[in-house]
Amino acid sequence: MNVATVIINIFALGCLIFAFIKDRTKAKMALVIALKSFIRVLPTVVAIVIFIGLLLGFVPKSTISNIIGEQAGFKGILVVAVLGAVLHIPSLISFPLASSLLKSGASVTAVAVFITTLTMIGVVTLPLEIRELGKRIAILRNGMSFVIAIVIGLIMGMIL
Amino acid sequence: MKEQLRNVEMQDLVFLGFILIVATVLLSIFPDRREVVITTSWEFFVEMISILPAVMVLIGIFAVFVPKDLVVRYLGRDAGIKGIFLAIIMGALPTGPLYIAFPIASALLKKGARISNVIVFLSAWSCIKLPQELVELEFLGLKFMLARLSLTVVFVTIMGLAIERMVAKWNDCEC
Repeated sequence: MNVATVIINIFALGCLIFAFIKDRTKAKMALVIALKSFIRVLPTVVAIVIFIGLLLGFVPKSTISNIIGEQAGFKGILVVAVLGAVLHIPSLISFPLASSLLKSGASVTAVAVFITTLTMIGVVTLPLEIRELGKRIAILRNGMSFVIAIVIGLIMGMIL
Repeated sequence: MKEQLRNVEMQDLVFLGFILIVATVLLSIFPDRREVVITTSWEFFVEMISILPAVMVLIGIFAVFVPKDLVVRYLGRDAGIKGIFLAIIMGALPTGPLYIAFPIASALLKKGARISNVIVFLSAWSCIKLPQELVELEFLGLKFMLARLSLTVVFVTIMGLAIERMVAKWNDCEC
């Protein structure tokens, strides 16, 4: 077990104890919500974990780094940016996926761009966003997020 | 909304089934890959499962203890750095997927909140969720997480201000 795991669990446990001291019934409700969200996310977690296993077991490192590695150039970055914008994966799941891509030869830039477009841009939810916020703001927000995702990724590639 | 949620769950199960079938087929054709695939999957699964309950508990606690109208109550009035800062904090509270935030953002705009604050709020909501950041810390490390977070805050603020300018300009032209 690494340090991050321990810190995260201690932090959650501390919050839970504090919640129970403050309000027992509310804390119990929180636990019910926690259990429900856990069950809801479990199928996706299992699916992604198997996907990662297949990815690392079958796709050679050289293939992945050719497409989205350091030497892949701008085309590779565009590919992950579009992929991140179109796919509808919860950000919770995107981090292990990103870490497996890093391990198998993807560049920091590609991974950062992927996470950022994945979370900030939602092609699937765009109709809903247009209905609530209007065409102008929705399209501007998604379009500009696409650009800043690439900028963020490029800077991260330079500093990390 | 409920129907939407049910569809999402159904999709998840279909996705899981699909992956399982693909994995079974591939691993029976290439039995020599079984070991590496199963060990890798298992390692990632153990890492996920050792933090997921904690993350879910945090989501539950925030869902119950943070009042629903908190955002609409506090966000939007303040301009400048204070407004942006509040927008980021409010957005980072763990309160569910992005599509829940759209109606809140719409309510904020109708209330006369600044567009820049609303954009920053939406962006923070989508990519700076507190429990999610713990998962990022676990899998990608402190350096990656901090770099991505600070860059995101900077660029999202710039984007918010830029969109606000553009919308204001368009409105002027139409008048």
